[in-house]
This record gives sequence, structure tokens and C-alpha cells, in this order.
Amino acid sequence: MKNEETVLSEREKILARVREALSVPAHVPGAHGLAPLAASAQSSAAGVRQWLPKVGNSFAEQLGLFQKNATELKTDFQLFDSAEEMRQALVRLRDAEGWKRVACHSGDLTNAICPPLNLPMLRTDKAYDVHEMEACDAGISECDALVAQTGSVLVTSRSAGGRALSVLPPHHVVIARREQLVADLPAAFALVKTKYAPDFPSMISFITGPSRTGDIERILVLGAHGPKRLTILVF
Amino acid sequence: MSTFATGFLKQARVMTADLRHRKIIRTALTNYEIVRDKRKGAFQSWESARSAAAETKWEAVNHLDKYLVEFVSKLEARGTKLHWASTGAQASEIILEIVREKNARSVIKSKSMTSEEVHLNDALEKAGLEVVESDLGEFIMQLRDEPPYHIVFPSMHLTRGEIKELFERELGDAPSDSPEELTMVARRALRKKYLTADIGFTGANFAIAETGMISITENEGNARLTAALPKTMVSLLGIEKVLPRLEDLALFLPMLATAGTGQALTCYNTMYGGPRQPGECDGPEEFHVILLDNRRTELLADAEQRDALHCIRCGACLNACPIFRNIGGHTYATTYSGPIGSVITPHLRGLQDWKHLSAASSLCGGCTEVCPVKIDLHHHLLHNRRNAAKEKPALIERSLYLIFGFVANRPALWSLGKKLGRLSQPLHNLVKGSALDPARSWTQTRDLPPLAQESFKDWWKKRNR
Amino acid sequence: MTITLFIPCFIDALFPRAGISMVQLLEGLGHKVVCPPEISCCGQPPFNSGYWDEARPVAAKVLEQLKDAEAVVIGSGSCGAMVKKFYPELFAGKPQEAMAKKVAARTWEFSDFIVTKLGVTDFGAKFPHKITFHDGCHGLRELGIKKSPRALLAKVQGLQLVEMAEAETCCGFGGTFAAKFPMISTAMGDVKCASAAETGAEYIVSNDSSCLMHLQGLLSRQGKPLKTIHLAEVLTQK
Ligand code: SF4
Repeated sequence: MKNEETVLSEREKILARVREALSVPAHVPGAHGLAPLAASAQSSAAGVRQWLPKVGNSFAEQLGLFQKNATELKTDFQLFDSAEEMRQALVRLRDAEGWKRVACHSGDLTNAICPPLNLPMLRTDKAYDVHEMEACDAGISECDALVAQTGSVLVTSRSAGGRALSVLPPHHVVIARREQLVADLPAAFALVKTKYAPDFPSMISFITGPSRTGDIERILVLGAHGPKRLTILVF
Repeated sequence: MSTFATGFLKQARVMTADLRHRKIIRTALTNYEIVRDKRKGAFQSWESARSAAAETKWEAVNHLDKYLVEFVSKLEARGTKLHWASTGAQASEIILEIVREKNARSVIKSKSMTSEEVHLNDALEKAGLEVVESDLGEFIMQLRDEPPYHIVFPSMHLTRGEIKELFERELGDAPSDSPEELTMVARRALRKKYLTADIGFTGANFAIAETGMISITENEGNARLTAALPKTMVSLLGIEKVLPRLEDLALFLPMLATAGTGQALTCYNTMYGGPRQPGECDGPEEFHVILLDNRRTELLADAEQRDALHCIRCGACLNACPIFRNIGGHTYATTYSGPIGSVITPHLRGLQDWKHLSAASSLCGGCTEVCPVKIDLHHHLLHNRRNAAKEKPALIERSLYLIFGFVANRPALWSLGKKLGRLSQPLHNLVKGSALDPARSWTQTRDLPPLAQESFKDWWKKRNR
Repeated sequence: MTITLFIPCFIDALFPRAGISMVQLLEGLGHKVVCPPEISCCGQPPFNSGYWDEARPVAAKVLEQLKDAEAVVIGSGSCGAMVKKFYPELFAGKPQEAMAKKVAARTWEFSDFIVTKLGVTDFGAKFPHKITFHDGCHGLRELGIKKSPRALLAKVQGLQLVEMAEAETCCGFGGTFAAKFPMISTAMGDVKCASAAETGAEYIVSNDSSCLMHLQGLLSRQGKPLKTIHLAEVLTQK
């Protein structure tokens, strides 16, 4: 590696160029052709919610929106009245797809829901062998939140069994509770902060539908590199 | 004229005559426009969102030193190794040093235009490494040994038939020309690579100063895998990528998706704040982040055009640009094509060599209208023209304008000019469209209207006599 | 009021009928029209090519002619944008800066002046044809004019406006661009003409003669039946 001195000096050189460049103030946005102003921008985050796509206020509206978004995204979204119903649904999924082996992490929800699967299970609670995970038919995880506005699942490396579990197996199954539904993206980021700051997980990811590509003639194909299927089970 | 300009003209001639290309791009972009407009419509106020995004980026770029320092110190605090590169060559060299230290043989890459900018693949391949592009479009372009056609849709100019042939030839695997099956071919081919690659390389869409994270936007999951499986992760980003706060992403992620691909949110939007942390089960043991200048500070120093550093590389201006749609991405011969490329390339690679890109515009403003961060794109093309002419005027052109100005400011001369034009018109008819025609660049494809026998001014004078 | 009408150079020399129509329309509304005799050109060719120092004397002469005008009306979105939007930038930090800003504030594009400033839309015109409208980019994006010409067209008897898919797409003229990059300019014009033809219209109408000159040039060369006509001329048809 480069010695510390050159690393530092490149950093200092770039920062010096930045400061030199910024000694001349720029126009504020939208002030084309007018005299430069040194005003700083307003905080945008506070007001963002009012411009983003609309989300209803009530829980029912938000749940309905999540459902609608899920359908559009080709996410399989299933809602249950009890943990027991969810357990049965998971078993039905196993049978329908002929799962032989699944990957999973330990958590209150996964521990409560997964046992009836009765399958060999790769646990990602500690370091694991990725080749074994690659051979799994599904990855089952919990999540941090569901986002009504976008139909997204918010996962982190801490809440959802690491970085690979939600993206390496061909089918990602998310197990969640109704209470985990949040209205919109600002709420989701607020949740990330309250839950983790300052010790954030090394990965935070919004998953919005199963993996997809449009790189061939802009035609939608699911399962480009990540999971072909995304199932969200909620009770 | 620079050799780049000559090449541009030559290629533009070829591409504008290629009606098949025109149709492919038009079809692809028509679909994009429909979904994009639907998504924009879902915003309660797309215009206010644009203003907010522009202001946020303005804040970040105009306090870049402060936010860069914050970004770096937050990342370092959690075990990330930071590197600074003034030039593209330095960036490649830093990565090669990591490669040597890790004894790496193979690199899996997710999409990164910045790596295109520094010609990273060339450098790595020269050093004997296997480099695999994992984004489907980039993978296709790598197999074709061509640079990406578009910053967001790298292979949009190819048909499924062409891709099938390519896969057959290069991979010996192409069951049909269905996009679905072709995608699965790539999926199979790349799976093994993720599992065996020593280094995962990514770009980044945003750098969050407040929390020390990079944010990567993608659809395929290839960046997620690249950042999950290899033992070492390396990310390269331009210094302008910073956003002040984590929650700024609540605005930028949906805007990038809407403007870029017409999605409400792309499939994976992921923030990485370090290597594997204590208690985590996977992820890279080492995480390197390289901050690249590569003359971005020169653009920064141009206060008039500083907002070009707001760019979030969504590609919307390319999609809207009638020039891009008719000449195609490769004609620009730059890493960043379309309006934003025409604006910044003169700063990044030399004004005199690349001023032709700023000239090759009708200044219609379609780009500025769609830019989610409100960059004053088409006016900057004009500013580049002004700067180029001031720095090194083209003698003939300048003389013509001096004569033009001289005549324009002398009404008698001006009307004499009109009269002479009228008189010489029959002569012009003899040479119209031929090599002798002084107006050939017009008359080759277009008729020229005749000068009126009685001009408006003649009429006005007569009437008010 | 007294209206200072700025007739762009190409209307003066090539399409005087458009200019004459504007005079008739404005005078018909009872206003006094004056045309400064010493204005030749707004200076766009050198300005858009980057030769601002060479453009400035031409623009300064124009400013001189317009400086006392009550209202300046320009018969083209393109020249309108030049005076209204770019003169202040061209003269930033120069002695004429204040004058440029003052004139800019009083400058209007022709159709927008009639509709927005005068509040008039109906001239009792008759034009029994199917037409499509081309939004010149400068008028549309620099000046934000989209509704005014349509409001005027809506009152023309017998006229049927069919919008084309590419109504807001640049026609490819772009001033000196058309001569410097004729192949790109032509390709863009072809796209535009094809979109206009798709509507089944007989005429492409616009408030910018320069765009029409380019489009008509292509259509004539290709022997296409589609014709072009300036908005002001449509409004004087009876
Ligand atoms: S300049 Fe604006 S529209 Fe173009 S790529 Fe950048 S952000 Fe997108």
C-alpha cells in the first residue's frame, strides 16, 4: 500500500483545490443570469413528504397502498390473521415449489414461523458457506419495515440475516408483522436512525419487488441476478 | 478542428442516416416516456421536488470540502479504508495496489460509469486480472468489447436478435432470442463469478456525509451480490456524489428512479457504511472507498457551471435529447454522452478538443426541462461556446461575424445586401445543392425560400411615406 | 398604446407577409404600431455561436432603438428570447446592463402579447383547414409560451387543431447549428415532419418563422404536400 504520507497529501491536495474553487460563490438554483448569491439552501428533508407520491393517513389506506404496489411490482404479498395461518402458508409454499433446503436467520419471527417447514436449514447467524447458500431454494428473513409508499421491504445486514440471504437464493421470503408497516420513505429513514444510530448495520437496503432487468429491448424480465420471486408474508 | 470533432462529424453522418437505429431508440424511449410521465404524475409536486433536489445538491456541492471531510471521517471510524485520487490513473493504481496486496485474480464489477471514465477494466486486464461486468447491459457490452451506449441503458441500441447471436458466439449458450431466456443465460454465466471473485467492485450513486455511507441504486441485484460475496469490496466515486443527510435519500432515490427508468423506486437501493461489522455474518472483510477528482475541481471552479456537478447521472437528459436520439451514444466518443456529457466533457478533457459537442446542439432546452436536479444544461452549452470562442476564436467564423455586425449596424448596407441577394438568386439556382453552392450545407437536404421581392421594410416604408 | 414591433430579419427578407399580418392585427385592435427602421437583426447568429463580443454591438444597436418603447413585440419566439432572456446576460457587467433589463421587462413574443397582455383571442379569422402546431423551442422553454398561440387558434373558424406526438420536440433548426451540423438538423426535421404528417394536417402552424423555414425547406425538397404558415397569417385569413 501507499505510505501514509502520499495518501494524506492527495487528500490535502484535492481538498485544497475544492476550497480554492469554492472561493467564488455560485448562483443559487434558479438564479440563471442573475448576480451570485451566497445564500445556503433550505433544509429539504423536512418538506419532502408533501411532494412525494401521496400516502393515505389511516393504517388501512397504507396497507391497501402497499398491497397495490406489491401487485404492480410482481411481489407476492399475503396477509394473515394469525401466526398459525402464516406457518401453514409457508408450508404450502414449500410444497408448491418443492423446496429441499432453505436459508434462514434466527429471530423472534423466523423462530416462531419456520419450524413446521421441517427442512434442512442453513443458518446465517454466524459465518456460513456461500456455496451452501447458493444451493438453497429460498432465503427466509425478517425485515425492519415495509414501506407503503413504494411497496418496499427495508432490510439491514443485522435484521435480515446478513447481506446475501435476501439476494442470493432464487426466492426471498419476508416474514413481517402488520405493525412494521410505515407510511413513506421519510418515515423509513427516520426509523433507521432511531433504531440504529450511531451504530448502523454495514448494509441497509430497500428491496422493491423481485430482481429485474430491462436491458434487452427494455422488456421487463424478473430474476436478473437476485431472486426471481419475492414473497412477503404479514400477520 | 480537433480530431475528435472530425470523428464526431463522420460518425454523426453515419448514424443520422441509420433509420433502423433511429427506430430502435425511438421505440425504447417511447415506452420509457410513458412510464416516466406516469411516475412523475404520482408525485404530489414533481416541480417542487426538483427544486428541493437542486437546493440540496447546491448545498452539498457548494460546501463540498466540509461534507467530504465528514463523509470520510464517518466511514473511517467504522473501519473503511479511504483513498483519494486526483487523476484516473491514480485511481486505477490504487485499485491495482489493493489487487496486489490481496493477491487477487478476479474482479466482479457492478455498473459504474466512473470506472469507465478512468478506464479501469483496461488497467485491470493489463495486469492479468479477470474482470467481469455483472450488470446485464454492461455484461453484453463487455462481450461486444464496446463502451456502454448510454449511462443508464448500456445496451439499448441492440435487438434481442443481436444479443442472441452475441451469446451464441461468446458463450455458446443461447436457447432462443427471448429476453427472458437470454437474461437467464447471463444469470447462469455470472453466478459462478460472484462466488469465486476475489474483489467486488462497485460505483456509487450517492455519498452520505452525515452517516458515512455510499448508496447504490440498481435493479438486478448484481451490486448487492458484488457487495456481499467477495472478501474485499472496492467502491469508486466522484467527489461530487455527496449528499448532506441520510434522509435526503428519501427524495433522491425516488427521483433518480423516476427520471432514470420511470420506476417509483428501483429494485435495490442499498447503503453501505463499512466492511462487515462485529456480529455480522457476512460481507467483505475489507471495504475500500476511492474518491476521485479527475478534474471535477476544475468544473467546481467555474461558478457559472458548478451546478453541472449536481448531476445524479439519471440519463433523463440523454433520453430527452433529439441530438442523442439521432446520433446515438457512441458518436459522442465520451464516457458521458448526451447533454450532460457535452457540458462536462470540455471541462474534464479539454475545451478546444471537445467544444464541438457544445456546438452540436440546437439549444432546444429539452434537457434542462427534464433534469431532476435542474442543471442549466442547454445554457451551459452556450457558455461553453462562448468560452471556446473567447479563448481561441475560429478566424473565419469570427471575421464573418465581424462583417455581419458591421453590415447589420448600417441599415443602408443591410438593405443593399438584401438587394444583392435578391439579384444573385437566379445565379444561386444554377449551383443549388452542388459543391459550388456557398449555402450547400443547407441546400443539400432543404430548399431555400426565395427572398421576397418586397421585404417587410420596403412595405413599411412605402406605406408610411 | 404604442407598440414597437420588432420584425426579425428573416421575416423581413423571406416572409414579409407574416410581418404585415402582425401589423394589421395590432392596428386592427386600435393600437399604434411603430417599426424602428434601424433594426436589422437581434444578434443571435454570433451570440449562439459563442461570439458574444461580436454580438454585443449588434445587440447594443437594437437596445438603442428599443430603449424608450412602451411595449416591444417580437414576431418570433426565438428573437423574443434573445431580447428578453439573453440580452441581460449578454450585457451583464456592461454599461447597457440596466437598459437591457428594462427593455427585457417590456418585451413580448407576438402571440403572448396579444393573449396575455391585451387579453384578445378572437380576430374573426376563418381558416377551414386541419392544422398542427409546432412549438418553437425558444418560445416554449425560454419564454414558457404554450397556451397563447393555442388560445388564438381555438377562435379561428373552421380550423381544426390536431396536436402531433412530437409537438414539443425541436425541429432541428437551431440557427447556425443547421448549417454546422446539417445531417443532425435534417434528421431532427425529418422526425418532426413525420410526426406532423401523422396527424393528417394540411398545415404546420408556428409562431416561429425560422423553424418553419427549415421545415418547409425539407417538405418542399421531399415533395411532401404538407405546408407551413405563420400563426399571424392564419389570424388574418377571412
Ligand atoms: S444532467 Fe440532469 S438529467 Fe442529465 S443525467 Fe444528470 S441529473 Fe440526469
